[in-house]
Amino acid sequence: MKIPYLLSIITWLPAVGGIIIIALMKKDQSSLIKRFATGWFALVFLISLLLFSYDRTLGGMQFLEDYRWIPVIGARYQMGVDGVSMLLIVLTTLLGLISSLSSWNYIQKREKEYYALLLFLQTAVVGVFASLDLFLFYLFFEVSLVPMYFLIGVWGGERRLYAAIKFFLYTLVGSVLMLLGVLKMYFLTQDTALTSQITQGTINMLAGPARDMVDNSYQQALLNGTGTFNIIYMQALGSVLPMGTMQVLLFAAFAIGFAIKVPMFPFHTWLPDAHVEAPTAGSVILAGILLKLGTYGFFRFNLPMFPKASGDQAYFGGFGVRTVMITLAIIGIIYGALAAMYFVVKRDGDIKKLVAYSSVSSMGVVMLGLFALNPNGINGGVLHMISHGIYSGALFLLVGIIYERRHTRNVAEFGGLSHVMPGYAAVFLAMVMTAIGLPLLAVFISEFLAMRGAFEANPRWAAWAAIGIILNAGYMLLLYQRMFFGNIENPKNEKLSDLSGREWSYMVPLVVLSLWVGMYPKTFLDYIIRPVNSVVQQVQPLYPFPGARPTESQRAGK
Amino acid sequence: MFLLLQANTTELYSLRDLMLIAPELILTVCGCVALVMEVVLPYRKSKWTAYFALVSIGLAAASLASLYFANRDLFPLDGFYGMLRIDGFAILFKAIFLIGAALTVAVSMRYLDVEGEQHGEYYALVLFATVGMMFLACGFDLISLYISLELMALTFYVLVAFTKREKRSNEAAMKYFLLGAFSSGILLYGMSLLYGVAGSTNLGEIGRSIGVALQPSVNELGMMTSGIPLRPLILLGVIALSAGLFFKISAVPFHMWAPDAYEGAPTPVTAFLSTGSKAASFALYLRIFTEALGGLRGTALDWAPLVAIVAAITILVGNWAAVTQENSKRLLAYSSISNAGYVLLGLVAGNSYGYIGIVIYLLVYTLMNIGAFGIIISLRRRGIIGDNVNDMAGLAQKAPGMAAMMAIFMLSLGGLPATGGFIGKYFLFGGLLQRGRLEEKSWYYWLAAWAIINTVVSFYYYVRFIKVMYLGERVADDRPLALSPALRAALVVSLIGVIIIGIYPQPFIDLAQKLITPLTAGALAFR
Repeated sequence: MKIPYLLSIITWLPAVGGIIIIALMKKDQSSLIKRFATGWFALVFLISLLLFSYDRTLGGMQFLEDYRWIPVIGARYQMGVDGVSMLLIVLTTLLGLISSLSSWNYIQKREKEYYALLLFLQTAVVGVFASLDLFLFYLFFEVSLVPMYFLIGVWGGERRLYAAIKFFLYTLVGSVLMLLGVLKMYFLTQDTALTSQITQGTINMLAGPARDMVDNSYQQALLNGTGTFNIIYMQALGSVLPMGTMQVLLFAAFAIGFAIKVPMFPFHTWLPDAHVEAPTAGSVILAGILLKLGTYGFFRFNLPMFPKASGDQAYFGGFGVRTVMITLAIIGIIYGALAAMYFVVKRDGDIKKLVAYSSVSSMGVVMLGLFALNPNGINGGVLHMISHGIYSGALFLLVGIIYERRHTRNVAEFGGLSHVMPGYAAVFLAMVMTAIGLPLLAVFISEFLAMRGAFEANPRWAAWAAIGIILNAGYMLLLYQRMFFGNIENPKNEKLSDLSGREWSYMVPLVVLSLWVGMYPKTFLDYIIRPVNSVVQQVQPLYPFPGARPTESQRAGK
Repeated sequence: MFLLLQANTTELYSLRDLMLIAPELILTVCGCVALVMEVVLPYRKSKWTAYFALVSIGLAAASLASLYFANRDLFPLDGFYGMLRIDGFAILFKAIFLIGAALTVAVSMRYLDVEGEQHGEYYALVLFATVGMMFLACGFDLISLYISLELMALTFYVLVAFTKREKRSNEAAMKYFLLGAFSSGILLYGMSLLYGVAGSTNLGEIGRSIGVALQPSVNELGMMTSGIPLRPLILLGVIALSAGLFFKISAVPFHMWAPDAYEGAPTPVTAFLSTGSKAASFALYLRIFTEALGGLRGTALDWAPLVAIVAAITILVGNWAAVTQENSKRLLAYSSISNAGYVLLGLVAGNSYGYIGIVIYLLVYTLMNIGAFGIIISLRRRGIIGDNVNDMAGLAQKAPGMAAMMAIFMLSLGGLPATGGFIGKYFLFGGLLQRGRLEEKSWYYWLAAWAIINTVVSFYYYVRFIKVMYLGERVADDRPLALSPALRAALVVSLIGVIIIGIYPQPFIDLAQKLITPLTAGALAFR
């Protein structure tokens, strides 16, 4: 079944809901507002499920939309998704629904603005994943900061003002630098010396069914005497971009923007603050979706647009761009795990901070997988985005649930919770096991694939990353032990109630999803294999795909 | 007398010349009528003058539009023996000034009521200042440019001092006047040096003479001269001119007057000063530096590095100084300084992207800045100043609509995508990158990176307004806002403008591109 304008509907429908809330509902109708918002999120989620009709055998960009927007600068309203962005969109709509549902009791003031902002945020994020025009992408990418700023700043914890502005400015630094990269890429599409080298084959390989759209954008641009912002065209341009200072600087301009968002190791300091202060739903969206904007950016832009820089290992003398990225990813994995461990070992650590640092570690795995530059690694990296969205979202929800009951997140305050909250303990266990990477659960598959890819690229990388993964298991198990085992020593914990029906209703889908990805990942891998392969082909044109017959030139090379 | 001989006719000026300045004539006549109305009308009806001023601005706009549509294929048109030049550039800037003037009049009414200073001559002065600006945009001769500049400046000295019972207003006017007069002197000095080099006050003539002076030529001794003897003179002229103009646009290091003048002046005057007057000074700057001095680009006397350094420092100082301000007018004054730095980038770029950037940015800046000042005005009450940043605390609860507007104006000032400010910055930075690629010089890229990093700093203080309005629990003062229909209309118009330019800038960019292109061609003619 093909619905026209499907992507636009999924993108803009949440914003329409937000406007309805602001325009039509009164401040004191809080129960109506939260029911309406949750219902609206559910509607959007159901509609987004239609994206599963994405044709897996065809690959490439589908559900295309292409309209004139600002012809004088060559910007068009172009939308389309491949398997990767499609899965991320569905994850976004699911987490949107869940975060709305989880806020019913948590948010007690200014509900109207709160739910409207959640809806606006979803529009911005889905827009980022659905844009095929870099100008449009950039617009959504930056606008997404504003609702999140408010979510942290108004409904956050004690140091919310500090955390909100830190989040805003930190991520802004990266994205303004990216703007220069965007502009430079745009001007390069006007450079006929480069564009004449682009082969139709490259465009076909990258665009799949979208090749007409790409050609059309370029023709329109030529007609108007402008460049084009079409992302696929820019990726094709990347294949002919000569390696040199310019490509490295362009890579850096995009990479810094995304690395701050991910966040990679030296740029991660905003994340714990933002997470600790944000309301539960804010943390869920932040960890589950906003961090993926960064890794998605690497997958969609840095790898295919600057393939030579991405694969480079010699530009700075003994090391190269890729070496830097891999090193930072590995440092992130180990550092994140160590920092998370600190918060459980020191006995009175903040659980949210622990989960936040475990996110830093997890995102390191994604980056390691992506920069392994082979199908296994990138498949693993992309799938790890999904599994991280599931388990970190779930852990933040679980922290939120206990915080609602006890108004503390201090590990030392808890102990023996499994006696009073067996259901809660069971769900928590499932998610802790997911995070550790227990087989049959989501992270096992994705981490395994990412490590497998890293091993293929360089066994030493995988060895270093494995240290972080062991530490990961350490602190998660320690956390679980501290919180749930033993006797209840704190009298305040004796009367805690177990999960309510509403809480079950949003935790169960996440557990099921984790099991699904863990037991039958093919459902999801099928969607991402083709897009991933075309990225690999772009970055490593000579990569021997299993089954594909090596070309003559390759044989001669051997 | 000279002009008479040159024209070789007994007629000093023709009807056609008068048609070219019809919008200015309308405004001048209406300004005089407004002065009379002030005398005739009783005090409680002095608001009629304001509505009359709005109508006359509307008439001038209509006449400007008809002038454009009747002659757009004939541009550039010279009038008054080359004293004036009507082209796309002039039309665009005049339109910006008229928008700015209309919005200023609309936000002024309420303010003057609150202050108890509702006098008709205020609106007459605004009209006269607008006339000065409009002549600045179309002046093509150093004399006519200088006179227009003084007309604008003199009316502003009076306007800044308009709340005459306020000490701060008088102090601000005094500072502004003394430094303004000083800078006009320096500007005049630069102009006279240019006249000395070129032997003419016409910008086109100056451009040609400088082009010739810098041509390598063989002198009577058979040596290559390459215009070297004239170089120090031209250089000195450029420096003096730049200094005078940097003062007018409040670029560092000539920015000291701006915070004091902006803080002390009546708020609507501050709004007009920071938008209209600044845009007019940029029009003057662009005219002189492209038409007369455009030929210096790429030679040993290239002024771009000078402007680039000033722009870089201006952006830095303006943004960082704004961070610590508590008074919102003072804060916006520093923000206006930094914005002058951003607009200068367009001049450094000197290509169509840069010029489009300047025009769009000045237009958006006019809208969003007057909008922001309009909201500050609505907070004002007699006895309470209302222009401290913290006076906005809890505005989101008290007046959600106003708070949302202020938030959008602030994000637009910072340059967030989907607002007009972004489109302006986009073109300014794009121009720099394009120029860097053309000339293969990397400092253009670094300048762009420097400027764009500093926008992050600017977000810190723009977001402070949002923080105060939305994130605090406290409400500064729960009495209703002082809104009037005109003020409300001005705010809504500004808001719509900022959002439309942000989301669908196509018509604006298209128009700007069409009207600015001849200027670009002129600037590059010597290269």
